[in-house]
Amino acid sequence: MLRTIKNTRRVSRLQLSLGSRWPALCALLMLFAASSVRAQLDITITEPSIQRRPIAIASFAGEGALGPTAVTSIVRADLERSGVFRALELPPLNPPPTEATNVNYAEWKSRLAEAVVVGSVSSRPDGRFEVRFRLHDVVKGANLGGIAYTMSKEQVRATGHRIADFVYEKLTGDKGVFSTRIAYVVKRGNRYELQIADADGAGEETALASFEPIISPSWSPDGRRLAYVSFENKKPVVYVHSLLDGKRNVAANFRGSNSAPAWSPDGKTLAVTLSREGGSQIFLVNPDGSGVRRITTSAAIDTEPRYSPDGKWIYFTSDRGGSPQIYRMPSEGGEPQRVTFEGSYNVSPRPSPDGKTLAYITRNSGRFQVALQDLANRQVQIITDSDRDESPSFAPNGRMILLATVIGGRGLLSAVSADGRFKQRLSAAAGADVREPAWGPFIE
Amino acid sequence: MRASLTPLLTAIAAAMLIAGCGTTPEDQTQAPTTAVDPTTGKPPATAGTQPQKVPGVDLTAKADAKGADPRVKSGALARRSIYYDYDQFDIKDEYRALVEAHAKYLRDNPSAKMLIQGNTDERGSREYNVGLGQRRSDGVKKMLVLLGARDNQIESVSLGEEKPQADGHEESAWSKNRRSDILYGGEY
Repeated sequence: MLRTIKNTRRVSRLQLSLGSRWPALCALLMLFAASSVRAQLDITITEPSIQRRPIAIASFAGEGALGPTAVTSIVRADLERSGVFRALELPPLNPPPTEATNVNYAEWKSRLAEAVVVGSVSSRPDGRFEVRFRLHDVVKGANLGGIAYTMSKEQVRATGHRIADFVYEKLTGDKGVFSTRIAYVVKRGNRYELQIADADGAGEETALASFEPIISPSWSPDGRRLAYVSFENKKPVVYVHSLLDGKRNVAANFRGSNSAPAWSPDGKTLAVTLSREGGSQIFLVNPDGSGVRRITTSAAIDTEPRYSPDGKWIYFTSDRGGSPQIYRMPSEGGEPQRVTFEGSYNVSPRPSPDGKTLAYITRNSGRFQVALQDLANRQVQIITDSDRDESPSFAPNGRMILLATVIGGRGLLSAVSADGRFKQRLSAAAGADVREPAWGPFIE
Repeated sequence: MRASLTPLLTAIAAAMLIAGCGTTPEDQTQAPTTAVDPTTGKPPATAGTQPQKVPGVDLTAKADAKGADPRVKSGALARRSIYYDYDQFDIKDEYRALVEAHAKYLRDNPSAKMLIQGNTDERGSREYNVGLGQRRSDGVKKMLVLLGARDNQIESVSLGEEKPQADGHEESAWSKNRRSDILYGGEY
């Protein structure tokens, strides 16, 4: 899995290719730049994972100039939050190592580090900063490369997330999700806010505020738009909302209820649940509201459609067999096949990003919990032990699942690793409920 | 709908980000000085170092709907809620007189419009509960039509578990939340 970038030529080629795409990267950095640190959602790790890989992130030389939030503290927090790594406590190192320092692998091995990150921060004449880092695999004694970023002081968090993504991908082979964003709904009194935040819950912003409920946010595959259901017109209506300019359009406002939007992987179609022809049935509609066509025909409730990542299937909830169960059908319509068989209440299907696993909510002795089904062998595993779990949402790398739950009468978000071993909570300030999480896609 | 970012603020944000950001390879000495949205070739409208990078839409200042026919606010027509047992969708006998009174009003007033909102208790999936609430409101509509109301007078919708009448987490609250509510034109 470890890809070693040994010679400078290869490193600089990697960086040139990054450099040649700087407008996109720049836009990305700005998109993720946490302009003001108002960590609305607080993270608590409730069940630490047992086997974590020790990693040393040495404080970057000169990073004090960036202000109170050290870029390396963001990197450490991100990697710890993944459940995969444990950031080692390090004594002050004199002189502080930089990305140019010759790393003494034997010394880091004696500190029990599997990998080490070294770097530096320097001021530029234009008032911005240059952050450089390098990642070393201590076990293999290999330089795994690094990147340099030019950034303003406000981009410390975004830069930390980018560095953590690089380290995570080099060491695990999976893409990091630290630069991705999440959407969720906060209810405070009678006020509902659809918020967008960084994956660590920081830098939250309100995309929509309303006195009527908002549910079922769903990210477009390019991460630029959200589809959701708003009750602002005394009934459920599906909207598509551009996060770049705040413009909204109605995607489905037919007679009756309009709900449960899900994007096709190509972003060209929304699957929705409509009651316009009686009952609750699944239809496809273009995101601009045109071209509506029905794809289920039952006398039952058919709802909660979700595309498989290859776009070939739509998973959905139906009570056509007497109790709500999960089915799947070809995405343009066709004969449904039942997917869940254990238990009398299985809802909210969410295929994993690799299409191999299905996450859903199952009622287990009166408790609503997250189950995972291996779609190849149909084996089912319940990975949470709470009572009122809802709305699971896979991280785009498939390694974590974000969900809504209720603890002590309060709505909050929980993140659980896909193996169920590592759990953390994201809660809002007292007096506010958080629900309806949706983990956004990777942004290229 | 009100966007909280004025165009001026947007322009300032765009100007600030043009000056604000660049990612350079290690061996590149000159930092880029402009930023463009790769899809449009223009500077992104709202991103960068401004605190508000996702422009907000605020619906909380929206005015209430204007009033309905005063006759629907009194007498038998003032009763607007039908309650259900757990996992049930049939209208219990005790609500027949209520439904008949509303059917008569719709029959006598062909231009009157009605919205029926079905609701559920909080247990289970929010979206599946939208479906269950719809089953309740569809049932009320069907009965009203059987009693002589016109189909096009009535829209049946669902609020799922989103608008509970009672806030508790036990059966006494849940039994108040499994209901259909009737609204007349001018009330929604």
